[in-house]
Amino acid sequence: MTVQGILFYLLATVIVLSTGMAITRRNLAHAVVYLVISFFGSALLFYLLGAPLLAALEVIIYAGAIMILFLFVVMMIRLEKPETPLFPTRQMIPALVSAAVFVVTGALLLTTSVPAQEAWLESAVATPSAFGRFLFTKYWLAIEIASLLLLVALMGALHIGKERPQPKEPAP
Amino acid sequence: MIVPYSHVIVLSGILFLMGMFCTVVRRNLIMVLLGLEIMLNAAAVAFVGASLRWQLMDGQALVIFIIAVAATEVSVGLAMVVAAYRQTGSVDPALLEGKETSG
Repeated sequence: MTVQGILFYLLATVIVLSTGMAITRRNLAHAVVYLVISFFGSALLFYLLGAPLLAALEVIIYAGAIMILFLFVVMMIRLEKPETPLFPTRQMIPALVSAAVFVVTGALLLTTSVPAQEAWLESAVATPSAFGRFLFTKYWLAIEIASLLLLVALMGALHIGKERPQPKEPAP
Repeated sequence: MIVPYSHVIVLSGILFLMGMFCTVVRRNLIMVLLGLEIMLNAAAVAFVGASLRWQLMDGQALVIFIIAVAATEVSVGLAMVVAAYRQTGSVDPALLEGKETSG
């Protein structure tokens, strides 16, 4: 096994463990912090798989912006009582059924298309400049649409989050 | 030579399963959104692995769009969670059933 292979398994272990810790926490702040560790692991994995620009974006946007937004909301909302129980039976059954369907389908896909799956990944790097050039020549329209989507999200979040004065008395 | 491609897919599948579990099972709207983030991240891992497998940059370009969609979804979703909390004083999805939120 090469050094890169050992690094991959190490990172995979860290990601899976921290995600598992995140989804079983009662305290929401702890869950968010565990998820930040998971996203840092994903960023290192992206770097290992030859995407340095995506690794930087993952740290800046996912672990930075999105998780901090979650932390803000967790601190803003005061929860009176913690969830009890953490995994209620009523929701466990659909989760287990869909998980079983997912696992069976995935296992079938992995075992039937063997030649595509068995190939070893050769290490290669998409340098940020080459990747940016590629992105803005082949996908420039999609980039513009994504920026429009972000603008719409900004307006939507502003509209939904706006405080409205509660109507005190009915209009005469 | 890093690892076989299937191992990346298996890692992505495990992450997706965890996110799906978090979304379906937890009774807290914030944890539901966190589960969605985990699922989107799992898809990004699969795309980067496929990008390296076929030595094409298109997979990495799609990850950019996944990140943009994740940011969009989380900003609008958290605004809706805060609006629902203001209306009902709770973030339990079971308590929101049947309650009309104005606006």
